[in-house]
Amino acid sequence: MAEVEETLKRIQGQKGVQGIIIVNSEGIPIKTTLDYPSTVQYAGLIQQLVMMARSTVREIDPQNDLTFLRVRSKKNEIMIAPDKDYFLIVIQNPSD
Amino acid sequence: MEIVHVYTKLRSEFGRECLFSDRPAELLVDVPPDPSLALQFIQKTHRDQAVQACRDMSEHQVNTERFESDSCGINHVEGGWPKDVNPQEMEQTIRFRKKVEKDESYINSILQLGSAMEHCIRQNNAVDIYQEYFEDEEEVEESQEPPSAKTINVFRDPNELKRTVTGLSWHPDGGRKLAAAYSCLEFQKTSRETSLDSYIWDVENPNRPEMTLKPASPLVCLDYNPKDSHTLVGGCYNGQIAYWDTRRGSQPVEVSSVEHSHRDPVYKIIWLQSKTGTDAFSASTDGQVLWWDVRRLSEPTECLVLDPSREGHLDRALGGVSLEFESTMPTKFMVGTEQGVVMSCNRKAKTPAEKIVCTYDGHHGPVYALQRNPFFPKNFLTVGDWTARIWSEDIKESSIMWTRYQMSYLTDACWSPVRPAVFFTVKMDGVLDIWDILFKQNDPTLSLKVCDEALYSLRLQDNGRLVACGSQQGGATLLEICSGLSTLQKNEKSLLAAMFERETKREKILEARQRELRLKERSRSEQSREEDTGRDDGDDPPDQLISRAETDFYSVVETETRRRRDREEQNVCEEKEVKDEDF
Repeated sequence: MAEVEETLKRIQGQKGVQGIIIVNSEGIPIKTTLDYPSTVQYAGLIQQLVMMARSTVREIDPQNDLTFLRVRSKKNEIMIAPDKDYFLIVIQNPSD
Repeated sequence: MEIVHVYTKLRSEFGRECLFSDRPAELLVDVPPDPSLALQFIQKTHRDQAVQACRDMSEHQVNTERFESDSCGINHVEGGWPKDVNPQEMEQTIRFRKKVEKDESYINSILQLGSAMEHCIRQNNAVDIYQEYFEDEEEVEESQEPPSAKTINVFRDPNELKRTVTGLSWHPDGGRKLAAAYSCLEFQKTSRETSLDSYIWDVENPNRPEMTLKPASPLVCLDYNPKDSHTLVGGCYNGQIAYWDTRRGSQPVEVSSVEHSHRDPVYKIIWLQSKTGTDAFSASTDGQVLWWDVRRLSEPTECLVLDPSREGHLDRALGGVSLEFESTMPTKFMVGTEQGVVMSCNRKAKTPAEKIVCTYDGHHGPVYALQRNPFFPKNFLTVGDWTARIWSEDIKESSIMWTRYQMSYLTDACWSPVRPAVFFTVKMDGVLDIWDILFKQNDPTLSLKVCDEALYSLRLQDNGRLVACGSQQGGATLLEICSGLSTLQKNEKSLLAAMFERETKREKILEARQRELRLKERSRSEQSREEDTGRDDGDDPPDQLISRAETDFYSVVETETRRRRDREEQNVCEEKEVKDEDF
């Protein structure tokens, strides 16, 4: 429990990180550092995206699986680490 | 009666060996051929027939119907909460979350994911992989790709009875909307069911017009006010002028009174530049050009009769079909007439006689489009009959440049607002031509068949990339031009200026020479008038002139078709030669 907190704090402390969201497989945000409406929005949209990305990778090669997804946009980068039951979503603005 | 065969054999002979004997061949039946039967057969020509043992296949084409798409929003409501947890209650959700956080698998997966995530975050912070290294360098020269244009959208007339798109106008701010005027210009082709409406389309949505304009009579032309993007003015088929404000709905805010309007359809209406921004002027085939103030459409503020003799006689006036107004030269304007004459007029003249400054006679038919080059206002483009002509204001005898006679009638043209050497024309066979006179003068640089029916109107958006053309069946097609034809090339202005100057000079020299010859002719004819009595061409009876004109015409047509046929045959011969070589 404490290690989880420590990990999240470490991630939050990195340069440019704007927010962290942990979502479970049903789309319920478990932990978040952003405000609730944005969190819900991110959770819903990103879950669909991850489903689609995962199915794409598996269709091309059934032995393969999605390990990480990065969405780079003009303003920031959304990084999604999917797992069997949970997703970890981090929004970073890496302008040096 | 039963047919029975009795076969008896001695018991002792059963199982005995068969003793075969040989004997010579015996002729049993001989059927000779009957030559008389051969006469009943008809010889057929040999034919190659391929036979294949395979399944029967058939080819069939399917095209889906145009589908209507509609954008609508979806309300994302939270889901996924288990049945016993009420998402609205804070307590329950917090309890649920705390429970999940204590879960073993949660801790493990988060630790794993966290380390992967950290790696990527650090990566992002270390090097910016999206950094622009070559930002300061100038744009590389455009690769020489062939010019192209692609259709983006087609806006079709939603009514059953399709009308022609006779006028188009882009929204002045950014061009996200296109206003199209629909009317049926063919004589007596309108029935009672044809709708009178015209539409404003949003460029992104071809399924439904954004707004409908409901005039009392179909609109032949319309124009957005360049100063106020909510107002439009339109000219109707019955000669009235109507003024709309899009914020006030589909009905015109004001309509001009029938007594003081035009008596023929208003073919062109343009907003003027004035301090109040409410002035417009219109032209019609009844021979008048009327000026209006849209705040008071009950009567025109000014009137000009297009009488070439400058006496203001309406019965001798020429019908106006196109107007031209450039805001950099607010006192001058030009009118293209039905008779092929372009009149250049001055608005600020004191007497009506001085209003018409000069005329340019160039076309055999109505001058359907007239526009000054936005970069070189002294030169203007006219389109009428089968050619497009470029004129210089100083040369009144003839145009300085012209295209060759096209295969079908040209109906509209306009200059590109970004490239001074490019102009667009549309023809009655549904073809949009893009001419780049710095590249090629004899043929269009790009010729696109937009649709099967005739195209009647054309308008370019201010950025020079989007062009809208309207067809006879009410379809307005939106095309995007490739960047090569819509970005200013280097030295284009100076090259074009040089070209225009050269052509103008050529025309001036020709004009001077013509004048010289005429003077010489005149002086010579005066001297020898008593001697030459009946040898002038003008004394020939009109029949002979007609027959001579006929023979000339037919001989020209024949030589042209013969030349075409020869060229085709030559192509075919070349192909055959290539084929023979292959063998």
